[in-house]
Amino acid sequence: MPEKTPSETTVRPADAALGSGIGRVLLLVYGVFALSASARALVQITTHFSEAPLAYLLSAFAGLIYITATVGLARGGPTGRRTALISCTIELIGVLVIGTLSVVDSGDFPDATVWSNFGSGYGYVPLVLPFVGLWWIWRHKPAS
Amino acid sequence: MNGALSTATIVAALVLAVWYLVRTALDRAPDPIDLIAAVVLGVLTAVLVVVAVAGLFDGARPADTGTFAGYLVTTAGLVPTAVILAKMEPTRWGNLILGVGCLVLPVLVLRLQQIASVTVA
Repeated sequence: MPEKTPSETTVRPADAALGSGIGRVLLLVYGVFALSASARALVQITTHFSEAPLAYLLSAFAGLIYITATVGLARGGPTGRRTALISCTIELIGVLVIGTLSVVDSGDFPDATVWSNFGSGYGYVPLVLPFVGLWWIWRHKPAS
Repeated sequence: MNGALSTATIVAALVLAVWYLVRTALDRAPDPIDLIAAVVLGVLTAVLVVVAVAGLFDGARPADTGTFAGYLVTTAGLVPTAVILAKMEPTRWGNLILGVGCLVLPVLVLRLQQIASVTVA
């Protein structure tokens, strides 16, 4: 594979796929979060669900949202874009609402979801990710 | 968990992460050397995972064996996934994919060590 020169790599066609370029980087990050959030929820629900049912259901919901966003980014096209747009929006609302609730009322929210304390347990990546995702999807508006 | 092997994996991943981020900043697509370095890291990770799995059969098991196994699978799959995605992305972002993978890997290894440190006889 010959080394690409900078001029070759920076020009991005307008109709390039949603899941290429930065989109492919997002695909990896969303994939990692889809896996870790869902796996976490699975362990919580199967081993000690009765301790904090609401928080664990939210965990599962967060996992589902990350999976949907990953699939939307990977699929691309109008449908994939809409799927990714909706799930990234829910993700943004989720991290802000759950983050605020967990700070204000820590009793109801033990450190139990990816969104607790604005995702501090995950290096605040869950807080930054929806902004980057939405920016990328926004930038990738269909040409028409 | 093998401490020396874990430390070597973490250090190698962080050094490579810096390398890939610099390559991204310089607007370089992954070249064969970038990909081979990632494959070598993947092999190192695979050895770590195999040693950890072997450790499950002799000695104290982690109290949370299910979570431990989940992290082992994720750890084994991360670098190969990043390499496949990077090969599909022959632009600067291919190197960023490898860089992100190299930043996630130390977190996974640290979590594995944490989970392994709580054992049942």
